[in-house]
Amino acid sequence: MDTNTKTLGEALRRNGVTRRGFLKFCTATASMMALPPSMVPAIAAALEQARRPSVIWLSFQECTGCTESLSRSHAPSLENLIFDHISLDYHHTLQVASGEAAEAAREAAMHANEGAYLVVVDGSIPLGNPGYSTIAGFSNLQTLEETVAGAVAVIAVGTCASFGGLPKAYPNPTGAVSVSDIVTDKPVINVPGCPPIPMVITGVLAHYLTFGTLPELDHYGRPKAFYGTSIHDRCYRRPFYDKGRFAHTFDDEGARKGWCLYKLGCKGPMTYNACATAKWNQGTSWPVESGHGCIGCAEPDFWDAGGFYNALSVPTGEISRNASYAIAAGVGVGAIAAGINQRTRNKAVRQHAEVTIEDLEKR
Amino acid sequence: MNDAMDFLLWARGTAFDVALTIFIIGVIIRLFEILSLGRPRSLAEPKGNQLLPGMKSVISRTLPDNGTFKRQPLTVIAGYLFHIGLLISLLLFIPHIELFNATVGFGWPGLPNPIVDAATVIAITGLLAALWNRLTNPVMKLLSDKEDYLVWLLTFLPLLTGYLAYHRMIEPYPLALGLHILSIELLLILFPFTKLMHTFTLFLARWYNGAMSGFRGVQS
Amino acid sequence: MNEATLERGLNAFREQVDAPVAAFFSSCVSCGLCAEACLFYTETGDPKYTPIRKLEPLRRVWEQEYTLIGRVKKVLGLVEPVTDELLQEWQELLYDSCTMCARCSLVCPVGNDIAYMVRKAREGMVASGNSPTDVQAAAERAVRIGSPMGVRYKALAAQIQHIEADTGLVIPVDQVGADYMPLLSSMEVINFPEYIESLARIFQHAGLSWTLCSDAFEATNTGIQIGSSDIARELVQRIVDGAERLQVKYVIAPECGHAYTSIRWDGPDLIGRRFPFKVLHILELLDELRVSGRLKTEKPSAERITFHDPCSIGRKGGVIDSPRRLLGLVSSNFVEMKDHGTWNWCCGGGGGVSANTDAEALRTRVFRRKKDQIEETGASKLITACANCRLVIEEGLEAYNVELPMEGLTELVAHHLVED
Repeated sequence: MDTNTKTLGEALRRNGVTRRGFLKFCTATASMMALPPSMVPAIAAALEQARRPSVIWLSFQECTGCTESLSRSHAPSLENLIFDHISLDYHHTLQVASGEAAEAAREAAMHANEGAYLVVVDGSIPLGNPGYSTIAGFSNLQTLEETVAGAVAVIAVGTCASFGGLPKAYPNPTGAVSVSDIVTDKPVINVPGCPPIPMVITGVLAHYLTFGTLPELDHYGRPKAFYGTSIHDRCYRRPFYDKGRFAHTFDDEGARKGWCLYKLGCKGPMTYNACATAKWNQGTSWPVESGHGCIGCAEPDFWDAGGFYNALSVPTGEISRNASYAIAAGVGVGAIAAGINQRTRNKAVRQHAEVTIEDLEKR
Repeated sequence: MNDAMDFLLWARGTAFDVALTIFIIGVIIRLFEILSLGRPRSLAEPKGNQLLPGMKSVISRTLPDNGTFKRQPLTVIAGYLFHIGLLISLLLFIPHIELFNATVGFGWPGLPNPIVDAATVIAITGLLAALWNRLTNPVMKLLSDKEDYLVWLLTFLPLLTGYLAYHRMIEPYPLALGLHILSIELLLILFPFTKLMHTFTLFLARWYNGAMSGFRGVQS
Repeated sequence: MNEATLERGLNAFREQVDAPVAAFFSSCVSCGLCAEACLFYTETGDPKYTPIRKLEPLRRVWEQEYTLIGRVKKVLGLVEPVTDELLQEWQELLYDSCTMCARCSLVCPVGNDIAYMVRKAREGMVASGNSPTDVQAAAERAVRIGSPMGVRYKALAAQIQHIEADTGLVIPVDQVGADYMPLLSSMEVINFPEYIESLARIFQHAGLSWTLCSDAFEATNTGIQIGSSDIARELVQRIVDGAERLQVKYVIAPECGHAYTSIRWDGPDLIGRRFPFKVLHILELLDELRVSGRLKTEKPSAERITFHDPCSIGRKGGVIDSPRRLLGLVSSNFVEMKDHGTWNWCCGGGGGVSANTDAEALRTRVFRRKKDQIEETGASKLITACANCRLVIEEGLEAYNVELPMEGLTELVAHHLVED
């Protein structure tokens, strides 16, 4: 494993990355993690000296979209290089080895880096029936528990690993659960998104490499640096929301003018992710910029959150229908109540005993 | 892990359906209960019209008379602050308009969020002042029973949770939004069975008062 | 049966709840603003006199008998019942400290007509035997003798004789086919016979045919005051019978507040049919005569005068502009009180309060507001149009050691008539 002895700086220079380009990356990373500019030299120094950590990547009930997202790039990027630089000792999709050799690589990495390796998981774990998803004859649960035992931390990449994701969507046929539902004795960093932004995962790695610690997490176990603000609060269309200018259909004037997509079901207000600032495909664009509302993919149960095209504030039930039934029922019960009231009063009128001057005094 | 989202989905789904159903049925029952009691047509020769003075009272009672205002400015001002703030934040906040749109099939233009935000602060201030007034003004203190305080709380919670959710002062957001929706559901459920009904019945009350005065040729 | 019982009272409360009452109680949010309109609160500062609170017995019956939730609460024992003790305690609130002046009905932001409900609540109080004994006695005299003050026609006949002898005016009695039949209040017969003289002068001046009715001259109606429609009906029926016997076209209500309410507004509903004659207040008639040019008056006098609006005639009866036009006719120095017309403050003696000795001390205490208002005007004479207000104000001013002559507006107009 001689690659492990090389520092990140050496590897980057060997791949033709200039000092200037490296510092630029450090600056971008610092800003993504909301660190002050004064931290840039420290980050650079730390990354320069960082050793490649061993990473074991486990794929369970997933679609490979997360790997696609993290590995794809048309031109080599710094994110890719960082990603390439880690010692990825096990990854179904990317590794050359297969069958027993592949499993042997995983075990070797686990032994060699006992207590120091990172486990990255994409995909959810089926608890309904272990047979739903197996690797080399082992259930995902077995593989996960075994692999995690000697790890320093687990990074759950993608919404499936973080929160159960699509496999867990109603009615959750496989009994899918998230990594953190299983792993409770190790730090679990959730990097949700369907898929997550490449820079977010490299940012988490950069943080780990720089500081040797895990980043600060929110209540969902997500790094605050990337998931600290909502899409809505960082959205370039936000001024339109505040001014009350909305697209009502995908092809109306508002849509053409780039007004807010709230009424078209944008889940930006409840979704915490860095899309609005980091963007996708080397900063080309992101969903809202391309004219579609956020679907909230970095949030738990986003698939069942009331429909992608219903405004967030609209209840999920059939309200108009329910309201008409309720009106009908109200009129029915109301008529009964009215009848009772009339009967009560008519009875009182019938029972009226004329008051005469003889009756005024209480006897 | 995902409790907050489950909670929000429940609040936006089943709970809202139940609350809205109870609200609608309850309000209709209450209106039937009132109207079924009727008002006998007077045989006296009218000195004036009933309809127009009735309508006029419906509107004019929104403004306090000068003497009352001078004697109880706090009651009047707190009432205005709260009601105006509430109406703006309830009816002119875009997400709320979308909700009405989905329920009744039509919407209307909203106000920019910073204005709605200010209106919410005004409504909350008004409600707090009203509570202070209720606790210290001897007349209100004597008149108030548990229901008056319950109604205050039912009105206060949606404003408070709405404000906290908008400003993301409760995390996670689905929990904040869920609490906000739940507080409204609580309000909807208890609405027909409490003094909150005045929202509807005050129009009846004002109309009856104005009409009965108008019949006698009195400006009311 | 001859017995007032709680059950009869509760039944009366049940009978009285109608859609307005239900709408009013549903709308009250306990804002307390009605207190600020009530002189029993403003002058004492005691919150128990808050108008809407006076209706607690009626409110309980409404809630427990006419709302679904109230019925459920009643079954679960979550609401307090209406008891004899409650009604006894509330007698002071519904009678001694409420003149049904309806000022509270005017300020309520949700539009509750509280006076309307007090009138209704009194039905239950009467039926349960919780009305003031003095007012009960007045009602007995009204029914037995024909007048709450025990005035018989004999007394009126004597007054008529006096006036005719003194002035040479003619006061027709029981003339079938006359156009106008004025009613009187006993107070006018006993305390203010000038009113009868003024009537005679005005009718003669205007050349109208008129008559008093020997068995229907009393306009006051203790049934309205105590809150018993049954008694009120009997008293109204006497007037209707008299007017129909004499086939008059108009019945003229006197300078008396509740008499106008009872004959003008409540009367047809009490007897269950429309009247074959029109009812006018004397001030309305005078104003009509003024418009048709049948009142010839001397130059307006410069004496500074002010006017007290009787609640039942002004705020509750809509006779507000007529008195002002008449005042303008006779005075060049008429000043309004600060709150006047619809917004006037009650003298404190309406709604049976002046007949109720239990309320005497309180009535004098709350009269301070009226006294201050009158003094503020700097007027040297106070005009009003209700014999009861006039007596109450006279007594009140005396209690506060204020000397101020008073006169009825009809009388004032009569004094200003000039014969060609």
